[in-house]
Order: sequence, then C-alpha cells, then structure tokens
Amino acid sequence: MNRKTAPSIKDAVEYQLLLKPYEKNILDNGIEVYSIHAGAQEVIQLELVYFAGNQFETKKSVAAATNFLLKNGTSKRSALEINEAFEYYGGYCNRACYNETATVTLHSLTKHLSKLLPVIQDMVSDAVFPENELAIYKQNSKQRLSVNLQKCEFVANRLIDSYVYGGSHPYGKYTEATDIDEISVEDCKNFYRDNYLNGRPIIFISGNLPADCITLLNNHFGSLSVTKESTILVPLQQHPVSERTFRIENDPDGVQGAIRLASPFPSRKHPDFKRVSVLNTLFGGYFGSRLMSNIREDKGYTYGIYSYIQNHIHETAWMISTEAGRDVAESAIQEIYNEMKKLREELVDEEELVLVRNYMIGGILGELDGPFQIMAKWKNIILNNMDEHYFYDSVNVIKTITAEDIRILANTYLKPEQFYELIVY
Amino acid sequence: MILFWFSIYLLPPSYLCHMIQFEQCTLDNGLRVLVHTDKSTPMAVVNVLYDVGAKDENPEKTGFAHLFEHLMFGGSINIPSYDEPLQVAGGENNAFTTNDLTNYYCQLPADNIETAFWLESDRMLSLAFGKKSLDVQRKVVCEEFKEHYINKPYGDLWHKMRELAYTTHPYRWMTIGASLKHVEDATLEDVKGFFFKHYTPCNAILVVAGNVEFNTVKSLAEKWFGPIPAGERYNRMLPMEPEQKSARRLEVKSGVPLDALVKCWHMSSRMDDRYYAFDLISDILSGGGSSRLFQKLVKEKQMFSSIDCYHFGSTDPGLMTIEGKVVKGVDIREAEKALMEEIRHLQLNGISETELEKVKNKAESAMAFEDMSLMNRASSLAMYENLGDANLINTELSKYQAVTAEQIKSQSQWLFRDENCSTMYYLSEN
Repeated sequence: MNRKTAPSIKDAVEYQLLLKPYEKNILDNGIEVYSIHAGAQEVIQLELVYFAGNQFETKKSVAAATNFLLKNGTSKRSALEINEAFEYYGGYCNRACYNETATVTLHSLTKHLSKLLPVIQDMVSDAVFPENELAIYKQNSKQRLSVNLQKCEFVANRLIDSYVYGGSHPYGKYTEATDIDEISVEDCKNFYRDNYLNGRPIIFISGNLPADCITLLNNHFGSLSVTKESTILVPLQQHPVSERTFRIENDPDGVQGAIRLASPFPSRKHPDFKRVSVLNTLFGGYFGSRLMSNIREDKGYTYGIYSYIQNHIHETAWMISTEAGRDVAESAIQEIYNEMKKLREELVDEEELVLVRNYMIGGILGELDGPFQIMAKWKNIILNNMDEHYFYDSVNVIKTITAEDIRILANTYLKPEQFYELIVY
Repeated sequence: MILFWFSIYLLPPSYLCHMIQFEQCTLDNGLRVLVHTDKSTPMAVVNVLYDVGAKDENPEKTGFAHLFEHLMFGGSINIPSYDEPLQVAGGENNAFTTNDLTNYYCQLPADNIETAFWLESDRMLSLAFGKKSLDVQRKVVCEEFKEHYINKPYGDLWHKMRELAYTTHPYRWMTIGASLKHVEDATLEDVKGFFFKHYTPCNAILVVAGNVEFNTVKSLAEKWFGPIPAGERYNRMLPMEPEQKSARRLEVKSGVPLDALVKCWHMSSRMDDRYYAFDLISDILSGGGSSRLFQKLVKEKQMFSSIDCYHFGSTDPGLMTIEGKVVKGVDIREAEKALMEEIRHLQLNGISETELEKVKNKAESAMAFEDMSLMNRASSLAMYENLGDANLINTELSKYQAVTAEQIKSQSQWLFRDENCSTMYYLSEN
C-alpha cells in the first residue's frame, strides 16, 4: 500500500446522470400537478406555487404580508386552530414570498396528508386577514427589521440589489419600517383576491405518495376558481444606478466589512449561462475555488467567500459575497480583481478543469438523492418554462467545456468595470 | 391473527424497514466501524467522529478543538491537500465541532469510496503540521469569531450566558473559544500535543453509509485504518457542575435595538431517562405556532416579538433555555413575569393527553424527515455510537412515546425551580 498515491477513481464523465421524470396531471379546473413518487421514508412535500410575488404588488411589502397571513385566520379557523391542525399531526406548513412567485408548502407524514389538505384548501380559498393579526405581524416585522439593520451583511444584500436593478425593480426594492406601517387589511384582501383566489397555482408534490394522491388534490384544489393567467411574465424594466463604487458606514464599532460585488447577467436562458456556471464554480462557487483558495486559504482575510449567479427568472446578476476583517477588506477586493484578471489572461490547466468537472458531476449525483431534491430540480426547470434538455445540456457542458471557452467567458463577464462594488462597515 | 399478517403484507415494503439497519465491528486498534447500506443511492458517505470537543480544552487555551478542525484540512503526513483529491473523485466534505465532539464527513460517488478511506486514514495517521496552515487558519478562525460573535447584534449573548450558568464545568466557554486571544496564541506545539492525545483510532468512530457492502467496507477499513497505532484511550475527567443553589441574574447594556430576556435552567445529561420529557417540554413551550409561549406571549399578550425554548442536546447536563425579544415599550420585568406565569401554569396543571400526543407526533415526523438524508443517517449513527449505543437511532422514538403527562408535569416542577435558574437582561441602551 502506498499512502502517497491516490486510489484509482471513476471519472465523472463516465456517469450517466438521469433525472427521474415527473408525472403530470391536470385537475378539473386546469391546475397542473407535477409529482415524483420515490423515497423510503413515509413522508411527502406539497408545494403550491402562486404567481403572487412582489412583482405583482402595487404597494411595497403587501405581497409578503399577504403570503405570511394566509396562515393567520380563515372564516372557519383562527390562526391558533390552523397551527394546531398542522402541528397535531406533526405537519409543517410554511409559506414564502419571492419576486415572481409566492408559495405555500406542507411537509407531512404520508399517513396524515388527507387530514391536512382541507386546512391548506381553507388558507388559499378563504383567508380573512384579521386586523389584529396584521397588527401583530407589522409590529414584529418592524422589530425584526430593526435588529437586521444592525447587521452589515443584511444592509449590504439590500443595497447591492438596489444598485444593480434599481430601487423600483422587484429584485431591487427593499422594505423600510414606514412601508410596513402603510400595509392595510384592504391591501391584503385585494392582493389575495387578485393573485390567490383568482390565481392559478402550480402544484408540486413529492415523496412517498398515497395511491389516491391526485384524487385527493382534485377534491381540494380542483374546483378553485382560476381566472388569472398569471404564468405569463413580462420582462421587467431595470434602472441601475450609474455610480459603481460604494463604501457605507453602518456600525462604527464593527470589526468586519460586508463586501458585495455584482455585475448584471442576462438570464439563465442566455446561451452562455450553462458554461458560465462552470466558470463560476471555478471562480468562487465551491470550497476549492480560486477566490476561496486565495482570500481564505492563503491570506486568511475571511471565514468564507463565494460567488454565484442569482436565481431569478428574468435578468439576473453575478454576485461575489464575503465578510472580511475591517483592515483587510480593501485588500480582499483587490484580490478578487486579481483572480478575475488571471482567468481572463491565463488558461485553466487540465488538472483543475478535471477537478471542477468531477466535483460538479459528483454534486449533481448527490443532489439527485431523494424525492424532494429531484422535485427541486424539476421545479426550477418548470417555473423557468424550460424542459429536461436544460438539465442534460448542463451536464453535457460540464463534461465538454474547454479551457479556451472559459478564458473567452472570463473576458466577456469578469471585467471589473462591469461590477458594482460595495463595502458596508 | 391471520388478519394481522394480511394487513402487514399489504403495507408498502418501505414501512417494514423503517428501522435504520447497520452492522458494526471494531478493528484491533480500537477504531469502531459502522456500516449502513442503502442501495437506492449511487452515493456513499464517510463520517469520522472524534470523541473530543471544546469541553476537553485547557481553560487557558479555549477554542482549540475547533481551530484544530480547521487544521485537519491543511494537509496530512503523506497527502499535501485533503480537499483537491476528494473533489477530483466527485466528492465534497465539511466538518463541525461542538462542546462535546468533532465530526468530519464527506459524500462522494460510491464507486470512488476508497479515495475517502485514503484521505481520512492519512490524516488520522498524522498531520503535516505546517506552519503556514496554522498561521492562516488562526486568522480564518478569528474572522469566523468576528463574523458570528462580534459583528452581530446580541453576538456575545451566549458567551455571557454560559459564564453565568456554569461555574465549573467546561461548558462555561463557547466552542469558538472564550476570547480571540486564545485562538491567536495557539502554537504548533499545542497543535501536536492535541493531535496525538485525541486523534487516535481508539478515540474515533468511522461510519460508512450508502451504496456499500459491509464486507467491502470492513476490508477497506482494515487496509487503510488498521495499521494506525491505537493510541491511548483518552480518559475524560471533567469537573462536574455543582448543583445550583440560588438564582443568578445578570444585566448587560448594549447598542442593540430591543431588550432580550434569556433564562436558563440546568437539565439532565443526554443519556438520562428524563431527557425525553425535557425535550418534549421545550416543544410544548415553543415548538411551533400553536405552542404555549408563542400563543400566550407573542399573540395574546404581545409582550414578546419572538420567543424560543431550546436546548443543545449536550452530552453532559445542559441548559434548558428560553430566549425572547421584548416588544418595544414593554417593561422587561413585566415580560419576565408573564413568562413565569406560563411556566407555573405548566408546573401546576400539567398537560392534556391531546397536547402530549401533538408533541410526540412532531417528534415522530421530525425524525422521519431527518432520516431522509444519507448524510444525516451517517452522522446520527456516529453520534449515537459515541453516546454508547448506535441502536439508539432506532429506539429513540419509543422513548419519546413512553413519556407520560404525569412525567411532563413532575419534570417541569423539578426543572423550572427558581434556584436552578440563571437570568440575563440584555438591554438596549437606546
């Protein structure tokens, strides 16, 4: 046995990755249901995706408030009764509001699904938005906001988005305490009527599904009214700011700076996107990346540094994010630019490229473990109006991209002058 | 009887193997090896747990177990880099340190599992002990310290709370360390001493899970880990925390926007029979939107904007903690009084069978969701084995189910005694 020599391995390019297909059903009212039946544990995940994100609000923060309050009272059940109904059966009902979409998610043991669906149905068809529930929500949201505003990273995340997209764009706007004050019950009811009661959700269900799953879903969601064709989304107008460099003082006693660099990127449908994903991984997308190796593992400026393409449906941005010591934050930014320069000027050697290929394929192999993860892949594809070719093409790009391709991409996208640059101290 | 068998037959087969199956053996050098086979995945997880945590540190050199975890990625005796060969094999990895233990795990395609054995066994054999690695990781850990515990509102809350609640036991300090200075002062000599004392086969547990066979894993373990000298079994002799005899209080003022109230009570150790009742008590008080503290104090009385009851599941006797942010304008003493009324209510009146059933159902579903991930199954097996019995992974649920309403009542009477409590007011200067 030679401990200095690595055991032989099977290379990633030899793996045939398969994305388990979904089953698609249409409920009586036309609602699409995508399902994945798999897994050893007797659990399910149900997700109703509405096109009710903050893009559709006319007044700031109303989409998020409406989404949150779905669980806080219907004409038949109080907020407490709704919570008790889920929790008695060990179920978890969450909701979340994004830019285009807003979701209601249920995690439950399969055996309890039929008891919990009536409660979900109630929430999406009969929510009443009680005055006192909204008042509590507003008070607690403002308090949470006041704590978050002391965190440099929170402030930095808000500001960098507002620079790239502009403060009126759904991806760029953010909430102030006064916006929360302004939300009224009427606002929520109107938003609910337009985007939930009349909205057309897409349903994703995965896990160890009961045999009568579709019948159950049809009984509870198949007669909801769906008049709004909300899945058609228009591209949005961006108003990026013209200044590029920002230094903000948020916490005079702070010992670190929150660094964000961002550059506009077309969208995941752009022909370069799949190849850029490989370049991003190499640059700052995993623990062995150029940025991490230099700025953490060589210089010790930070606990961690990452780059990523934001997950938006329309135009998006390439983001670099780290928290670095106050005295080394400027040097860290310089090193980020140095790493961009290297990628623009020098070809990646074969060894590193093989590593990144194998790492990415291994990662996808691991991500396909379990029904919820498989469904997460499909959800991304379906909500972006794509098909399984997106998955297989991405895998193919990882296997075949060349060092020259990467250098060309770096010369197109990793140019300092295209980046907004921010430190919040 | 026949009907019974018939109904079993109709259940989907997965229901019958709800148990997490595993096999185990011990190498001659004392390394415990556990294997959990799951053929439904192409992946494998290799998890190595070392029975050493922040509680085993010298009080003058805290933060060391965690700093050491970072150094484990700085190259081993025969292999200059840990991460790269693993990534080439399609794997990824991470590690975490707690006050009780240090755990390393990697996931990779099962075909390439020998790469993980090669890497993990070499760093158990010996590290490279490079000076550069120590210099850099000291800085990295200092940045981690700043990011999580200094540059955040309420970031030092647990530093202060541990020092208040523990007078003697090494749970007095945080895993990250009592101060930045301890991390900055670490020397290469400290690193070597720590390694040869704790990072030995007889102080470690290896769990391999996924698309693997027991016999293959066993022979790979013998091949790669077998030749490593056993080392000495670390004989833990920690000072036990004396029973708290009177209530403790601390007031802190800081530039945070809201007053925070934190109360801690000493609870049982992880292996104590009472642990399950304590764990359910935390769910009764704050395990969701229908829990008592949330409903009474956030929704009805609106004295707190958020409130949580939790504990860390620590091996030695831990702390049941209630932590809440007080609504602006509400007097923190009034908020504390309202909280204590809820605690008294539980102590006096106990809980209904329905409420007990609710928190048991929650425990059942939480376990089912946790077991979905191969990585979780592997690390749970390692942690249970470290507690003394890997099969706890299969018997935990029945222990929760055996808890009675009467036990909840009597344990809450014992737990929430005034003299057993430490209270901190973390007040806003503004």
